Parts: sequence; structure tokens; C-alpha cells
Amino acid sequence: MSPPNPDSLIACHECDLLQTAPDLPPGSAACCARCGARLFRVTHHGLDRCLALTLAAGVLFVIANLFPIVIVDLQGQQVSTTLMGAVRALYAQERPLVAALVFATTMLVPAIELFAITWMLLPLRFGHAAPGLRPCFRWVQSARPWSMIEVFMLGVLVSVAKLSHVAVVVPGLALWSFGALILLLAAAASAFDGRELWARVARTA
Amino acid sequence: MNRRELTATELGLLGCHCCGLVSRPTLAIDDVRAHRCPRCGTHLHARKPHSIGRAWACWIAAAILYLPANLLPIMNTSSLFDSQRDTIMSGVIFLWHEGDWPLAALVFFASIMVPMLKLIAIAYLLVTVQIGKINRRHQRARLYRLLEFVGRWSMLDIYVVTILVALVHLQSLALIEAGPGALAFGAVVVLTMLSAMSFDPRLIWDHRKEKDVRHAP
Repeated sequence: MSPPNPDSLIACHECDLLQTAPDLPPGSAACCARCGARLFRVTHHGLDRCLALTLAAGVLFVIANLFPIVIVDLQGQQVSTTLMGAVRALYAQERPLVAALVFATTMLVPAIELFAITWMLLPLRFGHAAPGLRPCFRWVQSARPWSMIEVFMLGVLVSVAKLSHVAVVVPGLALWSFGALILLLAAAASAFDGRELWARVARTA
Repeated sequence: MNRRELTATELGLLGCHCCGLVSRPTLAIDDVRAHRCPRCGTHLHARKPHSIGRAWACWIAAAILYLPANLLPIMNTSSLFDSQRDTIMSGVIFLWHEGDWPLAALVFFASIMVPMLKLIAIAYLLVTVQIGKINRRHQRARLYRLLEFVGRWSMLDIYVVTILVALVHLQSLALIEAGPGALAFGAVVVLTMLSAMSFDPRLIWDHRKEKDVRHAP
């Protein structure tokens, strides 16, 4: 058997079926012929769009972490909290593992993910492959399930609804930033095109 | 199944689960030394190593912790007049009585139904693969995809406790503390996610006579 052309062959990551990648117009996706798993998606200027969205998400991420998420007025006393303040409160109550879990899933992993994507895509935009691009790519792919900002956002909304029975709750600047951040992260993730990335890397070499 | 359908493993090729490149390994396919993807450097395996054992290990740990996660209080609320210990279920009941039934349904679904259904679904996938069942493959593949998507939403209650703890600490008036159930609950979510990640969905599609391939690295 002649050696297969690596660009046209795909092994489905869910059922291992070997198939040839079809040529698709931007905006469409290829699914496995046997199990129906999504194999890849073709995006129009995917990487540039992903980079732009990631940079914007980085700005919002900083705002979301610096400003209070909600302000509660409980019998005349005003209390507000930032995300870091909430993690510290858990830590102070001798729940270090729960605090670490919250810290990792809402701050650490998303921050490193945003940084890693920028690190990969920004130099690539100008035709260079960044040093450490391969580990960055692997890290971004495997860390994705552990970035839970959208779940956190829903948790904030549930706790606001719970507190609104007993206190006046005012949404803070960070809450709006988190809302916008979720949309940007989702858009950036769907614009991230691994095939385009490796094609560009191959061109720089 | 169409007999002409061939998998990468059957042709001696390895697909990279990270970047998608299909490559021919330079070592023998069952060599214990790790193959690496020539493009992105990921360790390549024909099937995830010890997939079933690892998935079961995390599953058992999660199933054990599921009990304290639901029985121990996740949150202690103390005020001037009384103190209250809330488990996940009593939190749902409280919301229900307050008339917030959409919220009660949401928390019930994310915190009680999803972890339980996840445990059942992972066990079902593992057992059907182990006894070599070949029917309902499409349904099982869809179930696996659903598991991957839905698992993280169980973290909801951990975040609710986090925010409440940070906001309600007016020492004289009211104080909310995270209970021991919160740790157990967080561990259940993480362990069920690890269990689902250890499971290799390609095993669903492998034939029974390929059992030796299944255990290859």
C-alpha cells in the first residue's frame, strides 16, 4: 500500500473509521460517515476571527475579575464580592480543596487558555510559528472541558435568585462582563480551526 | 455493518485525537513505548490505555462519594434566630416552597439528576463494551457525546455555595458556611468527568474478535 496522504485521511476520533476528508465550503462541518461525530468544521478566516475574539475576551476577563460580581444590600449593610474574594472566603472557611476547584475552573484554566491561544495565533498571524506551539495546542485541546465560566455564570444567577428573597441584589460590572465573556469564548472556540492552524504552521516552515 | 469499512487501527495507522493527523507509527503498533504524533507531539494510542479499568476506578470512587455528597450538608446558614443545615435536596425543596419552581427544577436537574444519570450511563457504556455488545451502537455513541457535553453543568451547586458564602458573612446577622457535602459533591463531578474522559468511545465500535487490539497501548 502506498503511504497515505496525511491531509486527506481522517480517522474518526470517536469510532476510528478511516475516511477521506471532503472539500467543504466555509461555514460547514464534516461528520463521521459511521457514528456521526463531528470531524471538523471549516470556518471563514477562522483563525483571525478566533484571535480577535480571544483578545477581546482577554480584556473582558480582566474586567470580570477586578470588579464586583454582585452587590447585596442586607438590612442596610452592603456587601459585594469579586470572584477572587469568593475563592478567598471559601479558603478562609477551611475548604481549601473546594476553593482550589473553583479557582482552577473559573480563573486559572480560562486565563491560561486565553493566553495559550493568543500565544499561538498572534505570531502565526505575522507568519511565524511561536516557540512551544505544539505543547500549547495540546494543552488548549485537553483543558477545554475544565474551563467552566458559563456554568459559574449560571451559578451566580441561581444564587442571586436565592438571595433576592431576603435582600436587595444589584448586579455588578463583572456580572455583565461575564455574560459577554461567555458569548465571546463560545464564538472563539467555534472559530478555532485546528486544520487551518497546522496548514499555516506548515507554510511558515 | 458494511464489511468494507476500515478503521485506522485495522490498517496499522494511528489517528491523533488532538490534532487529527493520521500517521503510520514508526514502532510496532503494540510496542509499549509511546508513539508520538509527528505534527503536534501528542502521545498516540490505538485505544486509550487501560480505558476500562481507569473509567471503572473513577466510577467506583464517584459512586461512593455520591452518598456523602447528597447526605451531608452542602451549606450551613446561621442567623440571630436559628441555624440551618442544607443538603442539596433540601435546597431544592426550599426553592420549591418559595414558589421558584423553574429554579428548583434547574438545580434538581443539574445537581441530582445529572450526576446520577451520568453514573448510570457510564456504567451502561462500560458493561456493554465489556460483554462485547454490538447492537445500539449509534445510540451509545450519542449517549457518550451527551455525557461529555452535560457533565460540567453539575458544578452549578458548587458555584452557588461559593457566591453565597462570599456574600452572606455579616457576622452578627447571618453567616453562610460551606459544608462538608460541598467537597464530596465537587469530587463527584470531577471524578465522573475523569471517568467519562477515560472511556474510549472507539471501543463501542470495535468487533468482539478484536479483543487483543482493545488492550493494545
